[in-house]
Amino acid sequence: MKPADFATEVHNDWCPGCGDFGILRTIQMALAELRMEPHRVTIVSGIGCSAKTIHYVKTYGVHTLHGRALPYATGVKLANPQLKVLCLSGDGDGLGIGGGHFVNAGRRNLDMLYVIHDNGVYGLTKGQAAPTLKLGVQTKSLAHPNINDAVNPIWLALAAGATWVGRGYSYDIKHLVSLLKQGIEHKGYAFLDVLQPCPTYNDINTKEWYGGEDRKETNSGRPLPRVYKLEDEGFDPVVHEPSELEKKATQALEKALEWGDRIPIGVFFKSEHVPTFEERIMQRVPTYMDNPPALQAIAGPNGEPRTDLTRLIQRMTFKGA
Amino acid sequence: MSPAIHVNDLSWLIGGPQGSGVDSSANVFARACAAGGLNVFGKREFYSNIMGEHSYFALRAHTNLVRSHIDAVNVLATFEAETVFRHARAVTDDGAIVYDPALAKTRLSDIPTIEKRLAADLKTYLISHGVGETIGDLLAAAKQRGVALVPIPFKDLLDQIADEFQIDQLSKISRVVNMLAVGASFGLLGFDFAMMRASLEEVFRAKAKIVNMNAAGAQKAYDLARSLVPDFRYRLQTVARKEPRLFLTGSQATALGKLYGGMRFQTYYPITPASDESEFLEENEILDLNGHGLVPEAGGKEKGASMLVVQTEDEIAAVTMATGAALTGARSATATSGPGFSLMMEGIGWASINEVPLVITLYQRAGPSTGMPTRHEQGDLRFALHAGHGESPRIVLASGDFEECIRDGFLAFNYAERYQMPVIHLVDKALANSYATIAPPDLSDLRIERGALAFGNNGYSKENPYKRFDLGNGPVSPRALLGQEETIFWNTGDEHDELGHITEDPGLRNAMMEKRFAKLDLASREIPDDVKMAYFGPKDAGTVIVSWGSTKGALLDALDRLWAEGAKIGYLHLRLINPFPVDTVRKFLAKAKRRIGVEMNFGAQLAGVVREHTGIEMTHFILKYNGRPMSNTELYDALRSVLGGKAEKRTVLTRGA
Repeated sequence: MKPADFATEVHNDWCPGCGDFGILRTIQMALAELRMEPHRVTIVSGIGCSAKTIHYVKTYGVHTLHGRALPYATGVKLANPQLKVLCLSGDGDGLGIGGGHFVNAGRRNLDMLYVIHDNGVYGLTKGQAAPTLKLGVQTKSLAHPNINDAVNPIWLALAAGATWVGRGYSYDIKHLVSLLKQGIEHKGYAFLDVLQPCPTYNDINTKEWYGGEDRKETNSGRPLPRVYKLEDEGFDPVVHEPSELEKKATQALEKALEWGDRIPIGVFFKSEHVPTFEERIMQRVPTYMDNPPALQAIAGPNGEPRTDLTRLIQRMTFKGA
Repeated sequence: MSPAIHVNDLSWLIGGPQGSGVDSSANVFARACAAGGLNVFGKREFYSNIMGEHSYFALRAHTNLVRSHIDAVNVLATFEAETVFRHARAVTDDGAIVYDPALAKTRLSDIPTIEKRLAADLKTYLISHGVGETIGDLLAAAKQRGVALVPIPFKDLLDQIADEFQIDQLSKISRVVNMLAVGASFGLLGFDFAMMRASLEEVFRAKAKIVNMNAAGAQKAYDLARSLVPDFRYRLQTVARKEPRLFLTGSQATALGKLYGGMRFQTYYPITPASDESEFLEENEILDLNGHGLVPEAGGKEKGASMLVVQTEDEIAAVTMATGAALTGARSATATSGPGFSLMMEGIGWASINEVPLVITLYQRAGPSTGMPTRHEQGDLRFALHAGHGESPRIVLASGDFEECIRDGFLAFNYAERYQMPVIHLVDKALANSYATIAPPDLSDLRIERGALAFGNNGYSKENPYKRFDLGNGPVSPRALLGQEETIFWNTGDEHDELGHITEDPGLRNAMMEKRFAKLDLASREIPDDVKMAYFGPKDAGTVIVSWGSTKGALLDALDRLWAEGAKIGYLHLRLINPFPVDTVRKFLAKAKRRIGVEMNFGAQLAGVVREHTGIEMTHFILKYNGRPMSNTELYDALRSVLGGKAEKRTVLTRGA
């Protein structure tokens, strides 16, 4: 399989240089490298520039409502857990209007990957401040410096209970493909924050800023990138034993505080010690995975209802004498 | 002249603070009656409160089918003061009040939970009868009217039970007082005590000591009441009955219809009164299958059937999650009430523009805003018709009784899938919380119809791709399911092209709008008349009632009396509100000189819809919006007044505690 197998002919109307291109390309690469059959994959998105991604990917694509990508994706996955489900949001989409769903998705640990395109602004509505824009920052179209502080998506994901938490950078394609693949293959709810410069409205956190073009080494003249990889510094995000939870969560929180001169990307946290939602359902409904809601035959060949309510109705019946 | 004896025609009421076991006592009473072959109809009224506020059950027991409640109470069963104050005046002159004599000195002003308006009203009543403001005074006034007083010394009886069963603390068995009140009621009525014992066994299954204790107490109260009023004018007698009868609530009926219709996924966020249905479904997630249409080997190999009920973080998640599930092919629904439905608007629009078969069961309650969460109203008809921005086709079905709840619960999925749009199934609080015995409905005519489906072997290719919103073959495009081979499609909340990608092309926009609305025309042509409506009464009636929803029971019970008196009056009961059955409604109303809109809302919403579609106006309205369902007796009075030419154009009903 090639990335091109996951491409559609739909005209792409993102701004030139948009960080979303990197995310689109890496999704196509990750799906190809994982040899996913396109029809077995459903990608669900919310509203905004990020949400248009699904139209450019040749898998089932569900472009939904502002902030609601997660519950739509959850419904798809729960009704047919045999599908591979990816969910995409912008930061305003996923952390502002959709913030409640962000928290509750963590409580479930359903087996899917949630990606937030994180650029600090509401692009499609012309550059208002989004939930990941820092306090006091004034991007191009703001009348005043940002009066709200930023939410930390990594902290929030950890607090909510995500069992795989990562951050990528949309201009580091190879690294982002690897993160997407890990997130897709993680058994449980994986959250990936992708730093994705908006070239039109965020003139502060630009590609050049992330790349450190403004702080070149005096001798060589080489830029000093702000983004660095956790794995390059020997960071081990994996909770190997349940007893390590506190240590691993704490180090993830510490790393997630870094911003400015050093911005970590990579895997912050990974635990496979929390039962998935699917496993929890199987405690109640043992046949759930083999015969999930979407795949049950509810009618005979002539539409005869196959659900037999006799047992239930007997409990509600007064028999005749 | 000796007073009339009423056999098997009873209105019984029990009340008490919420959380004190009133639910179980009403359940035991109703089940005992049903076990004895009687038919029952029970109405539940309660405050939005966990513990302490007044709740009550009004129950009718009759040899024949009962479909509604009446205002009058023949036996008032109480074990505390508030219920006496609230309901004593509703007891008929030939009725009885079971009460605790230890409370005789309790004053009206001792009860903080009685609203000021009611307290003032009661005071006026007591003053006008020249008595004081205690329970004893109120009961004396009742006695003057002929009401039989049945003092049951609850504490003494509890003491005896505690001795007998070696219970060290009375507080551990305080709930037995409920069953003492039930036992006393049956003693008065001379009903076979074995029925009560059987009922206790059913309700407290597998807890033999609790059954025995309650039965022993109830028997003492039974004997005492019987000896106090040996010649009570109301009697209950067992009726021999060959046919089985279902005993259920409206929420259970709706759930059964949905399950039978193949629902496999339901979401909900806790809300009164809708949650009852989802909780019932949660308890019954594992399903049985029959072998219909399958060779036995195939049936034998099949893995177990089940449904998934998901409690979501809010109603936005509930509607969107159910929609996601519907895209995979699972028959999916969500159930909610007014405030939750308000949050679902955007999701309904999305399901409509993407032609997703989604069912929303809307349990109406008194609004607006939080309104009266536990009280009844039919206030959401207009809302259901128009919910959401823009113009989005949907089907709106409204059930009027338990059998319609079952059928509409089933049919909603057929219509959702055949016409690929949301179906809003309107139920209401009165239906949801009422319970009754009904003849098991014959559902053998029901068939599951999944509408046009696209499967992977239709020869789709790169050159000839599957088009989810194909404009080439009529308004209904074959629906593919997420995960199928060769039918990849896209959805978007934006206007879309045939593949499902965003478009703002004016021509495509027109084509898609027209396609979506043409499905409503198709539904209007295909859905049979007997689903759209029911007409009761003489065909050439000069007066025709138009109504919908749970007023059906009270209307039919009131009409039985009016028809018996020779009144020429008909009743058009509408079930399919959208697409509106214009021609049939016009046909039934065109010749009627008097047209009465009967609805549980302020604005006569259905009457407005009728006028919008047919140009026909109601000449009279009978409306109610105080949160309590219409009784058949107040409806009877109001209809008589209209028939007699004495009614104003608009009558507002106000009864109910």
